[in-house]
Amino acid sequence: MPGNELLTMRGICKYFPGVKALQNVDFTLKSGEIHALVGENGAGKSTLIKVLTGVYPLDAGEIFMCGKQIEPHSPLDAQRENISTVYQEINLCPNLSVAENIFIGREPRKMRMIDWKTINKKAKELLNDLNLDIDVTKTLDSFPVAVQQMVAIARAIDIEAKVLILDEPTSSLDEVETQHLFTVVRKLKGKGLGIIFVTHFINQIYELCDRITILRNGELVGTYNTEELPRVQLISKMIGKELGDIQSVSKNEDVKSKEVYMTANNITSYGCINNFNLDIYKGEVLGFAGLLGSGRTETAEILFGINKPDKGSLSIEGKPVKFSDPSDAVNHKIAFCPEDRKTQGIIGDLSVRENIILAMQAKNGIWSHIPLKEQERIADEYIKLLQIKVSSKDQLIKNLSGGNQQKVIIARWLATNPYLLILDEPTRGIDIGTKAEIQKMIIELAKEKDMSVIFISSEIDEMIRTCTRLAVLRDREKVGELVGKDINSDEIMKTIAGGVDQ
Amino acid sequence: MSFKKIWERIVDSKYFSFGVTIVLFGILYAIGILNFKGFSKSQVFFNLFIDNAALIIATVGITFVLLIGGIDISIGSVVALTCMVSAQLMENTKLDAGIVTILVLIMGLAFGFIQGFLITKFNMQPFIVTLAGQFFARGLTCVISTDTINITNETYNAIASARIYLLPKGFISAGVLIAILTLIISTIVLRYTKFGRNIYALGGNEQSALLMGLPTGKTKIAAYTVCGFCSSLAGVVYSLIMLSGYPLHAVGMEMDAISSSVIGGTLLSGGVAFLPGTLFGVLIQGVIQTFITFNGRLSAWWTRIVIASLLCLFIVMQSLITKNRKRINSNN
Repeated sequence: MPGNELLTMRGICKYFPGVKALQNVDFTLKSGEIHALVGENGAGKSTLIKVLTGVYPLDAGEIFMCGKQIEPHSPLDAQRENISTVYQEINLCPNLSVAENIFIGREPRKMRMIDWKTINKKAKELLNDLNLDIDVTKTLDSFPVAVQQMVAIARAIDIEAKVLILDEPTSSLDEVETQHLFTVVRKLKGKGLGIIFVTHFINQIYELCDRITILRNGELVGTYNTEELPRVQLISKMIGKELGDIQSVSKNEDVKSKEVYMTANNITSYGCINNFNLDIYKGEVLGFAGLLGSGRTETAEILFGINKPDKGSLSIEGKPVKFSDPSDAVNHKIAFCPEDRKTQGIIGDLSVRENIILAMQAKNGIWSHIPLKEQERIADEYIKLLQIKVSSKDQLIKNLSGGNQQKVIIARWLATNPYLLILDEPTRGIDIGTKAEIQKMIIELAKEKDMSVIFISSEIDEMIRTCTRLAVLRDREKVGELVGKDINSDEIMKTIAGGVDQ
Repeated sequence: MSFKKIWERIVDSKYFSFGVTIVLFGILYAIGILNFKGFSKSQVFFNLFIDNAALIIATVGITFVLLIGGIDISIGSVVALTCMVSAQLMENTKLDAGIVTILVLIMGLAFGFIQGFLITKFNMQPFIVTLAGQFFARGLTCVISTDTINITNETYNAIASARIYLLPKGFISAGVLIAILTLIISTIVLRYTKFGRNIYALGGNEQSALLMGLPTGKTKIAAYTVCGFCSSLAGVVYSLIMLSGYPLHAVGMEMDAISSSVIGGTLLSGGVAFLPGTLFGVLIQGVIQTFITFNGRLSAWWTRIVIASLLCLFIVMQSLITKNRKRINSNN
């Protein structure tokens, strides 16, 4: 049972240029408890963890460990204060042996030489403690990610950790591996460690954690005992909308044509999405709703051929198709605007015109030249259509605002005349005015051009306003479909939370 | 256990590419013995070491740098500079041979340290920094003298011509002794010291090494320093063979060292190398050269062509090993 307060963070503030990443956040961790730290993207979870582990210096506030004030300035400092972290991406060396990964930097030595016998023996014991029986002399990269994660945990607890931070440890594990991890985490809890568990998976929070701390927009929403917080309330606190406080918004007409454009049959990609079935109709705006990590983006990437499904098939207008890479999808008239436009979308040093014709050029092949006149005509057409604010079409795209950059990317794909347009978080980080314009544009494209649009967003409001149908995902599975009047925030949150109306 | 599984196990083993290198060396040597009279003499084998002593040392040095995922292309020039400085000091200042040797070794050490410092502190590309180093060392060699300076120092000549008999009819030179010693010490350092293991960790994943609290910066500088020291040590051994300083000594030796290291199982991406393997990488090059000498009609450049094919073979093999490992993983 949870014991005394182990770690106390009080009034933590962290500012980045122009952003208040953390404002006056309090957090306490008791020994022998598993404490979930949750919040949507940008809520400040990782900033809080990084402040605690000394990656970022804090701007205000105090941290106490067992009643003693500490000021970690680096991960090594934090380790010395018995705070260990297992990161989402495994931070070990793939070329070293399992045993060495646990002990490097603290190798036992005999006559100034590294004592491999002791290292291997101790590593074996340590992993046996975690119910893992493997050959510790083999290199780390000969084991699957789940084992590597366990090795990372073994290293973390061997540093005599009192606080163990697990940053999304299950995001690349399957069900069995996750259960194994949970067994180990419970065992550590039994030994009196305080465990901070960062995750996006709602089910796992309720399965494993004693208390939940919710952050939103860098502020503390509250800390709750898990059994006292119903799922629906957890979701609404994370998203920041009380149930029923959103008025229903007038929606666009329901889709009349019920012609199926694309079908996903039983798509499974391990660690991304399981048994996903979906019909995509012509002329509809189909939303993928769900929390981050629910498999929204991963599914979209499969539809665009970025990732190949391990099982299942895709068909377009009844004919089965197989995409070996995105250019296959482009040839089938599918377009995809990725989530992170800075790294995956724009090419900063090219002009607006060049950025617009890029996808068209790629589709036509690099040898078929598009005459400059034609390029200019296309650029002008879409600049006008999407009302992109530019000084000239030859302006460099990096000098545009985020919203206008996003419009250019949408224009790039519209220029290829797609039948299916996939937009992944097209309005993130964009001001409200431009947001509304993009939403309007999406509705119009579906209505007037009979285009199918898949719209992915974390903002429920936006989904309600634009989508004619919603596929709801939770923990890498489709858990429901909503149409018509059911598209309201109550229903969506209930479906995300697991259909329980508590 | 099926044959396929056993095969997979073998391929997955840590020493697989070391094994392949040794087997290849054995095959090449056997071909030599079967085809040429006199190839089976023990001295032919020892000559492989005598002729390539400097290259063995240079390969040890470059392997430290390749292990951390870096590169050093200044080796050949530093070898030439070492020969030239040694010759110049011994001939024109009458300094003692021992003192001269210590001086040039310190010079190599400093040279490597400066390169490593620049690469690490200013986060510069090792290729460019050591390219500058290459030009600088070669340039300095020519500035000292554009002509050959012969080394006539008596002690030096005595050491150079010393024969250490290991068999009644087989001897090695002092240079070989130095090379083997360097190899053994370096192997132990890489396996049994914190510095050695930090080098492997750094090459495996620099970010992780940093987060695990290892001194990445110091380790990086030290690796280049070791390489610089080995270059000058190779230079000393080279001057024992050549007994002269000359601006065009050891042109391109760094490339021979890199290719030997790769044939010996080193991954250019860092983190994987086994020094005894790199020794056989050098010996394989030596065997091919011996072939050509014994044959007497082929152009010496055939060595390069054979080495080129071997390099391709080994790089493909390594990428297949990596793939195989990944496949085994995903099957688990």
